[in-house]
Amino acid sequence: MTNGRRAAGIAAGVPWWLVLLVGLGAIALGTALADASYRVIFGAVARGFGVTIGVALASYAASLALGLLLGLARSSRLRPLREASTFYIELVRGLPMLVILYYIAFVGAPALAEVLNGLLAPLIRAGAVKAFQARDFSFATRAGLALTLGYAAFIAEIFRAGIESVDKGQVEAAHALGLSHSQTMLRVVLPQAVKNVLPALANEFVAIIKDSALVSVLGVQDITQIGKVYAASTFKFFETYNVVAFFYLCMTVSLSMLVRALERRLKRESAR
Amino acid sequence: MSGFIRVVDAVKTFGDPERGGVRALDGVSLEVARGEVVLVIGPSGSGKSTLLRAVNRLERLDSGGIWIGDDEVTAKRADLRRIREDAGMVFQSFNLFSHMSVIDNVTLAPRLVRGTPAREALEAGRAILERVGLGDKLDAYPRQLSGGQQQRAAIARALAMNPKALLFDEPTSALDPEMIKEVLDVMTALADDGMTMMVVSHEMGFARAAADRVVFMDRGRIVEQGTPDELFASPREERTKEFLGHIL
Ligand SMILES: Nc1ncnc2c1ncn2[C@@H]1O[C@H](COP(=O)(O)OP(=O)(O)OP(=O)(O)O)[C@@H](O)[C@H]1O
Ligand SMILES: [Mg+2]
Repeated sequence: MTNGRRAAGIAAGVPWWLVLLVGLGAIALGTALADASYRVIFGAVARGFGVTIGVALASYAASLALGLLLGLARSSRLRPLREASTFYIELVRGLPMLVILYYIAFVGAPALAEVLNGLLAPLIRAGAVKAFQARDFSFATRAGLALTLGYAAFIAEIFRAGIESVDKGQVEAAHALGLSHSQTMLRVVLPQAVKNVLPALANEFVAIIKDSALVSVLGVQDITQIGKVYAASTFKFFETYNVVAFFYLCMTVSLSMLVRALERRLKRESAR
Repeated sequence: MSGFIRVVDAVKTFGDPERGGVRALDGVSLEVARGEVVLVIGPSGSGKSTLLRAVNRLERLDSGGIWIGDDEVTAKRADLRRIREDAGMVFQSFNLFSHMSVIDNVTLAPRLVRGTPAREALEAGRAILERVGLGDKLDAYPRQLSGGQQQRAAIARALAMNPKALLFDEPTSALDPEMIKEVLDVMTALADDGMTMMVVSHEMGFARAAADRVVFMDRGRIVEQGTPDELFASPREERTKEFLGHIL
């Protein structure tokens, strides 16, 4: 195949929406670099980038762990575990993320301080540790905790779907070989389950990046909050929110494309 | 001759018996001697799979008892690990672990259940795969193998636990005709080596070559049993005759 034909072949596979998006992105970036005021906005909003990524990454990692435990409990043979996990998942999924955020920030954090003080009471009396107060938990921490608790419920359902997607014959074969329930789960079911839901799990990361914007309501200095404050003080709403949107799109669109590539690869692999 | 596997009055019902539940096993008693190869035949839904699955307790009985050697399979607090080491199982749909290579499939249980060191398990696994003619497929994944190769790998996986008996549930039913022989050859070799086997299959060639006894089941009961020659040539029961008329 000649280079020209190959290039044409690749070009034929590129969707129009992507061309449009990348084109707009390039124009935005070009304008920004040419225009002094855009350059300033870029610099300002970019200071929130680390917070956005940090909150998203930390909450995602924590909700993967918690979600895995909840998902395992949800498909457990032990009824109390199953019921408790289902209760949590239904409860959390029935609440708007914003409400979870307020709840954890203003009810959960003081309660958590109380609980910790109760648990560590002897140490605190001995003067080994200082008593906790709600304000010891920064709003970024509270926001991350809220996102974690919320996303764990979604991720638990993904893990459960993955576990259920594994053929029952695999479990029977493992049991017939003498593997215990936990060995079967850990060595046979989970690896296949995770592989089956890898794209869905990755999509949750894209979603959590977008939902991380909610932390701005607590005044956490992420991209959205900085943009909000900047726009309000300069009245450059149009330019500022263009830049804010640009930042999110750079992250989400590129990640979504990675997820698609991953999906294609997994499909190819299982077809081989 | 006392039985190595003993099934006594096994009863198993699926669903609510009051409302059209199924008596998959309706009082089955059967003994299999050490080294004996017993073929179980019967129409669909007659309880063949349920019987096999009860023997290594993938299925629990409502009543009755099952023993393998001195181990009581149906005991309330039976040692499941030990029962599964007594009797290995080969399934119609192979059920190889699809995320593992053939050698990992074979060595997983020895390593996890027996605690065999990895290197030792590997050597043993290699030898067993050699024996079933898959010495060159150690690193292949199940999806890269033909059906016949997959089933031979599944047999190797069961053999790796050194079971005292093997249970086969229609091991060739999911295979294309040209692959059936390679699996039956492995099974016949096992029978010749003195393996105790219970086999659900309607392969007449295997029955004649390797089976010591054929058991005909219908509606959860054993209707009739005998040597292959007796049962195929001169069945006594009407139901047996009718069934054999369908498959012979
Ligand atoms: N897990 C189950 N739940 C409900 N009913 C079941 C279950 N397993 C088996 N049965 C029923 O029990 C009866 C016996 O089933 P079994 O699988 O033992 O028959 P079989 O002789 O192996 O049939 P086949 O030749 O089709 O494999 C059937 O009526 C079947 O529908
Ligand atoms: Mg069956």
